[in-house]
Amino acid sequence: MIRLEDLRGLVPEAPSAEVTVWIERRWLRAERAPDGAWVLTEMDVARVRLLTELRVTLEVTEEAMPVVLSLIDQLYDARRTVRALLGALEEQPDPVRQTVLAAARARSCAERGEA
Amino acid sequence: MDDPYQILGVPKTASAEEIRKAYRRLAKQWHPDTNPDKPEAEARFKAISAANALLSDPEQRARFDRGEIDASGAERAPPGAYPGAGPGGGWREWAEAPQGARYQSRSYGFGGEGPGGSYEAEDFEDLLSRAFGTGARRGGPRRGADIQVALHVPFLDAVRGATRQVTLPDGRRINLTIPKGAQDGTVLRLAGQGMPGQGEGAPAGDILAVVEIEPHPLFRREGNDILLDLPVTLKEALLGAKVEVPTIEGPVTMTIPPYSSEGSRLRLRGRGIDGGHQIAVLHVVMPKGPEPALEEFLSGWTPRDGSNPRAGMHA
Repeated sequence: MIRLEDLRGLVPEAPSAEVTVWIERRWLRAERAPDGAWVLTEMDVARVRLLTELRVTLEVTEEAMPVVLSLIDQLYDARRTVRALLGALEEQPDPVRQTVLAAARARSCAERGEA
Repeated sequence: MDDPYQILGVPKTASAEEIRKAYRRLAKQWHPDTNPDKPEAEARFKAISAANALLSDPEQRARFDRGEIDASGAERAPPGAYPGAGPGGGWREWAEAPQGARYQSRSYGFGGEGPGGSYEAEDFEDLLSRAFGTGARRGGPRRGADIQVALHVPFLDAVRGATRQVTLPDGRRINLTIPKGAQDGTVLRLAGQGMPGQGEGAPAGDILAVVEIEPHPLFRREGNDILLDLPVTLKEALLGAKVEVPTIEGPVTMTIPPYSSEGSRLRLRGRGIDGGHQIAVLHVVMPKGPEPALEEFLSGWTPRDGSNPRAGMHA
């Protein structure tokens, strides 16, 4: 568990005044330690890096952040789902894999309006 | 690496010639051989060379201007993709791993009035249960998957109803009752005949047989009516006749009234599906060979109805 005060060493460019706002808005899912302090997992630290890149490097405004963040998270939701499906497909016998792949190709061709 | 335009001291709009001139001037000024007393000269010279390499290549310069690559020529990563970023790592590796669900998309603050706010997260289980039937949830008994089969049904079997034996993908043979008047795309559900469930007490899935009706050479269907193209001779159309026509329940005798036109629709009441009718669409067939008597008659014939059938046809 990583405390907020350790964050300065891990992500020096993170705007420390803003981090608690991120937590309140649930952009960052920190949890309370028994003593009431916010603690972060390693994944949360990576999230801080993402939020810092958006807010500091790319200068995304506070008003635009919910939309940008929601879109990024939706993208990764979709990528996780696709990965899980591909992983499940990988474990299937070859004829099943070929059938599913052929059907998926036919579908994506049809959606692009190809014959 | 810093902005290559700044390093060469030229504006972003500089021409290729201006860039070349600036580079030659600075390269001469900062060449390490001419600056043995300035240790920073070598780094400076390298930066100038790199900036020139990027900006003197029109394609690379354009990509840099569009923000696709950074000053070192490396592809600019999308937000969140920075491999090996130290403790915590890059966002992508976390977000794409199964634990990425911790940051599943949701509306962030502001009560959902933003364009992203109304988004309802569709989680993985929702997607799966939509694809494989309700109840495909992880943990606990899982209902078996449905098996979907295409059922090719001859036209008359679909119209009249029939019982057909079908062989399932797993080799089982089952009897399927096709209801009277089944339509293309009708789904026949055989509850509990699909894949077995997983876990104790889990129900099996269903068999879903999707009806695909084969076309009939004579009959077509329009709702509950049956359409039949009925060829008649010129004489039958003009003088009227009693002819035998096929219906879905067998042949019946039908009266063609005198002076029936091409395309007339004659109704056989109650001969369709479930109170529908059979409709015979008349097609007048001209005599195949020469008919001297008919020709001779028509030459000397002045119709009483002298109206022009093409009256009112103005394109």
